Amino acid sequence: MLKIDDLHVSVDGTEIIKGLSLEVKPGEVHAIMGPNGAGKSTLASTLAGRDAYEVTAGSVHYAGKDLLALAPHERAGEGIFLGFQYPVEIPGVSNLNFLRTALNAQRRYRGEPELNGADFMKLAKDKAKDLEMSLDMLKRFVNVGFSGGEKKRNEMVQMAVLDPKLAILDETDSGLDIDALKTVSQGINALRGSDRAILLITHYQRLLDYVVPDHVHVLADGRIVRSGGKDLAHELEAQGYAAAVA
Amino acid sequence: MAATAETREQVDEATGDYKYGFVTEIESDFAPKGLNEDIVRFISEKKGEPQWMLDWRLKAYRAWLKMTEPQWAMLDIPPIDYQDAYYYAAPKQQGDGPKSLDEVDPELLRTYEKLGIPLEEQKVLAGVEGAPKVAVDAVFDSVSVATTFRAELEKAGVIFMSISEAIREYPDLVRKYLGSVVPIRDNFFACLNSAVFSDGTFVYIPEGVRCPMELSTYFRINAENTGQFERTLIVADAGSYVSYLEGCTAPQRDENQLHAAVVELVALDDAEIKYSTVQNWYPGDKDGKGGIYNFVTKRGLCKGKRSKISWTQVETGSAITWKYPSCVLQGDESVGEFYSVAVTNNRQQADTGTKMIHQGRNTRSRIISKGISAGRSNNTYRGLVRVQAGASGVRNFTQCDSLLMGDQCGAHTVPYIESRNPGAQIEHEATTSKISEDQMFYCLQRGLDEEAAVEMVVNGFAKEVMQQLPMEFAVEAQKLLGISLEGSVG
Ligand SMILES: Nc1ncnc2c1ncn2[C@@H]1O[C@H](COP(=O)(O)OP(=O)(O)O)[C@@H](O)[C@H]1O
Ligand SMILES: [Mg+2]
Repeated sequence: MLKIDDLHVSVDGTEIIKGLSLEVKPGEVHAIMGPNGAGKSTLASTLAGRDAYEVTAGSVHYAGKDLLALAPHERAGEGIFLGFQYPVEIPGVSNLNFLRTALNAQRRYRGEPELNGADFMKLAKDKAKDLEMSLDMLKRFVNVGFSGGEKKRNEMVQMAVLDPKLAILDETDSGLDIDALKTVSQGINALRGSDRAILLITHYQRLLDYVVPDHVHVLADGRIVRSGGKDLAHELEAQGYAAAVA
Repeated sequence: MAATAETREQVDEATGDYKYGFVTEIESDFAPKGLNEDIVRFISEKKGEPQWMLDWRLKAYRAWLKMTEPQWAMLDIPPIDYQDAYYYAAPKQQGDGPKSLDEVDPELLRTYEKLGIPLEEQKVLAGVEGAPKVAVDAVFDSVSVATTFRAELEKAGVIFMSISEAIREYPDLVRKYLGSVVPIRDNFFACLNSAVFSDGTFVYIPEGVRCPMELSTYFRINAENTGQFERTLIVADAGSYVSYLEGCTAPQRDENQLHAAVVELVALDDAEIKYSTVQNWYPGDKDGKGGIYNFVTKRGLCKGKRSKISWTQVETGSAITWKYPSCVLQGDESVGEFYSVAVTNNRQQADTGTKMIHQGRNTRSRIISKGISAGRSNNTYRGLVRVQAGASGVRNFTQCDSLLMGDQCGAHTVPYIESRNPGAQIEHEATTSKISEDQMFYCLQRGLDEEAAVEMVVNGFAKEVMQQLPMEFAVEAQKLLGISLEGSVG
């Protein structure tokens, strides 16, 4: 589903990702862990096609396509969703309007019919309910005045409505209390399926108690330095990154 | 855009040939080029105007000769040769326009398409020969709409007609109010308009009547093609209400260079006028060639107690915009509002804002201005809040926000505050920001293409103003913001 080969990425002329390879198959959940500044968010942004992230070498294939040749919105249309580490506020734009515009843009891209207002509302309400987000919150401006936890839950509502094939979740667990963590985990687990994949970027193994990964990778200094099964997360938790990486 | 340039050339050629021919061929219907007293007399006579109207025009013309163009705006205006223009020639008449849609600037057609304007109506807007002169049936699939609304208005006693008709049919009303808000000598462009105005709209709402529908020039003008010197006069008698929509939201191709309209509003006791504009005249090409000079004087007089005038404008077109819809708050407790979104892209220049003149006691005004600059454009908010000595209990709130796209454009805020009453509460807030790369990427990542992302973020920025627009306008105006800013990021 996703195949990253010897990827090198520079930001402002500084190399951040320094030869990273990773293969994700349909149905799999991969956790990517690593210390601050390792390049986890850089990897996520690169996969989503953010402007300033310059791929200097390597390749990325997604669903048989050369991912790097696609514009960001095309990648979204192809089913890639990025859960932002820091979700962005858009004053003056309601969550509902934002989400409906996004969903219909993706559907148009895929040649599917657009969802009408009533059908969309039903979908959005259902998904929001699952994630304990009120209709009032949906009517408010995108992330404006939301707490850290609310922003993360809002990301999950968006994900649920957009129903991606590959979700890249960048520290979706950070800043959540235990109840919110459980809710968000449910949201992630609901997306699991044989034709989908999830890339779970996280700092703590806590989330992995709820969303159990098939593979765990340690990212340090722009490379994957170790890979293993779900037990690797516990090892990291017990010994710290430095020991695990050494 | 070679194809575009080529097409434009073709259209120009056709139009040029026509101009050459029309003076000789259909002489009686068109005044020759240039401006002098005979032209003013010609216009007046063509319209079958009474003597007082001709005298008024001549007075204006003579005053205009002694005036000079205003220089204070932050605009770079190329010299205009006032003798090198037609003052009585209806543009886009038979023989003037392109022969078919194939001859129309494809970029313009693309815009129409995006706005979801049906093909038949596109022809009307582009001035294609043989297109129906009445847009109403093209838009609404029924001529009866026009008939129904006319009957309904008549029943309510509302007068809604061209100003030429009104001068003939309601001379006393027109004479009483024409020039009472924007005097003949107000400024260079208004004075010119007073001398040569070709047509425009007259609205009168009788006492206590709530106008049963939104009035729109769109309904009235479709058959007439008003020229470049429109004159609009709206009088709301005591306790009445009217909401007026100016122009149509669709872009209009217009070869004319100068567009100098005058709009006067009068609200008597407890009356309310809501005036909304979506201005999308041809802005010129990417290099600043062509485009409309939009030099418009709009002013409302809150003459009566507790009267209210509210201006809402979405300005996306024109090469140069010089426009300050204002309120003179004469009646005690009257209210003036100004909500504005001004978008400039490429080489466009806009110097726009408002004047709130507080004369009466306990008068209030509110100014919300959102400027969006892109490309190499320049966008200035210029606003005056004046409080006269006797006006106690005055309150004003002004919010001016500027959004910059790219680093080659300019945004300026020029607020003037003149208060002769120390008790006045005047608040002014201003912000300038760049369009956020984070916001853009967030939208792109969710599947919006660049254009849709800009539209989304910019409409959010302009929300406070956009939500003032009547429903009929809101959706198209939202799309327009996106279209106007096309190509301004990335
Ligand atoms: N936009 C940027 N400009 C310059 N440096 C950046 C930018 N984004 C990230 N970096 C740098 O790249 C490195 C990796 O950052 P990041 O990918 O955010 O790490 P992580 O998400 O693993 O904490 C850090 O040293 C960070 O300072
Ligand atoms: Mg990070």
